[in-house]
Amino acid sequence: MSINATLIIQIIAFVLLIWFVNKVLWGPLSKLMEDRQKRIADGLSAAEKGKHELELAEKRAKDVLKDAKLQAQNVLSQAEKRGTEIVEDAKVKAAEEAERIKAAAQADISQEISRAREQLRKEVAALVVSGAEKILNKEVDAKAHNDMLETLVKQI
Amino acid sequence: MGTVEYIQHHLTNNAVGSGFWTFHLDTIIVSALLGMLIIGVSMRLGRQLESGVPGGFQNFVESVLDFVSTNVRDAFPGHNPLIAPIALTVFLWVWLMNFMDLIPVDLLPYLFQLAVGDSHAYLKVVPTTDLNTTMAMALVVFALVVFYSIKVKGLWGYTKMFLFHPFGKFLIPVNIVMTLIEEVSKPISLALRLFGNMFAGELVFLLIALIGGTLAVGAAALFWAPLQAILDLGWAIFHILIITLQAFIFMVLTIVYLGMAHDEGHD
Repeated sequence: MSINATLIIQIIAFVLLIWFVNKVLWGPLSKLMEDRQKRIADGLSAAEKGKHELELAEKRAKDVLKDAKLQAQNVLSQAEKRGTEIVEDAKVKAAEEAERIKAAAQADISQEISRAREQLRKEVAALVVSGAEKILNKEVDAKAHNDMLETLVKQI
Repeated sequence: MGTVEYIQHHLTNNAVGSGFWTFHLDTIIVSALLGMLIIGVSMRLGRQLESGVPGGFQNFVESVLDFVSTNVRDAFPGHNPLIAPIALTVFLWVWLMNFMDLIPVDLLPYLFQLAVGDSHAYLKVVPTTDLNTTMAMALVVFALVVFYSIKVKGLWGYTKMFLFHPFGKFLIPVNIVMTLIEEVSKPISLALRLFGNMFAGELVFLLIALIGGTLAVGAAALFWAPLQAILDLGWAIFHILIITLQAFIFMVLTIVYLGMAHDEGHD
């Protein structure tokens, strides 16, 4: 158990072993572990980010949905309003049309009446003249008595 | 074979050369084989590294690496990419060399003697029970401590540590002696702690082995042999803790000493 040249050999062996362990075992394996650690950390942070983004998206979706609902409500109520408006409008227009048709019919009727009256008057005048001729037995000079006939016709 | 002889035989290295130029072949070869085991397994592992979900063995190695790097982060203040591999090497190598202690004390020497054909061939299989191994590691650590101290603090900063620490500038001679002792005691305590623990552990294994081997004669063996088995089992289980603890202590102290070398604001 005395110190001797074995010491030198063991020193060399130890130094060589350190060098080898560093090169063969520690170097590659610690690099691998570091890389893996980094990858795991990256993955975790990405997952965290994804979760956050999902939350944001969910919130956004909710907002959009709420907005859409509101808009739909608006459109619906507007449509309803417009509908009643159209109905009212149609009612008014129909009433006006009816009025107009009625007026036109009335005008027609009165025109017809006056025309009938005119014709009647002329026929009566002719009738009167022929009657008078028969009564007098002599031809009435239509020309000579025109004025009188006119006034007669007017009186009918 | 007597008790003393038995123990001495087990505690003698298989050596060549003489004087200082003695080489403990068993220490050198066993520690080198264990070092190659580390490298070989690492290389095999390195070829099938899985960056996604690691499989069984890679998982185990990764947890060891994680354990070491956690210790480095806790005890080492600065940033030096070489500290962790040094700590890992210390932990793995010391643990494996200590582990040789758990192989039954007579097994490997017996097989070796059979193989060589010499019933008296020496073989001491635990490299950490050889002061040369522990001292070699401690000296490498010490050299690194000195190197990094000078690199981080500068030559003048390192000298200042000797001159003005711990008693200020009025007791410079005392400071030099104190700091010198402090610095030198680091590698020595590092080497002797591991050596002492493993040597003592080995000795206890030998003593337990003696119960059934030498003490028991005839019918008494019926009593002594089971006792030896139980004691051996108990000590071996306890020793699992010791070898791990000693490897851990050596590693942590290496980190701490190197950390102190990197500490700039010492004075």
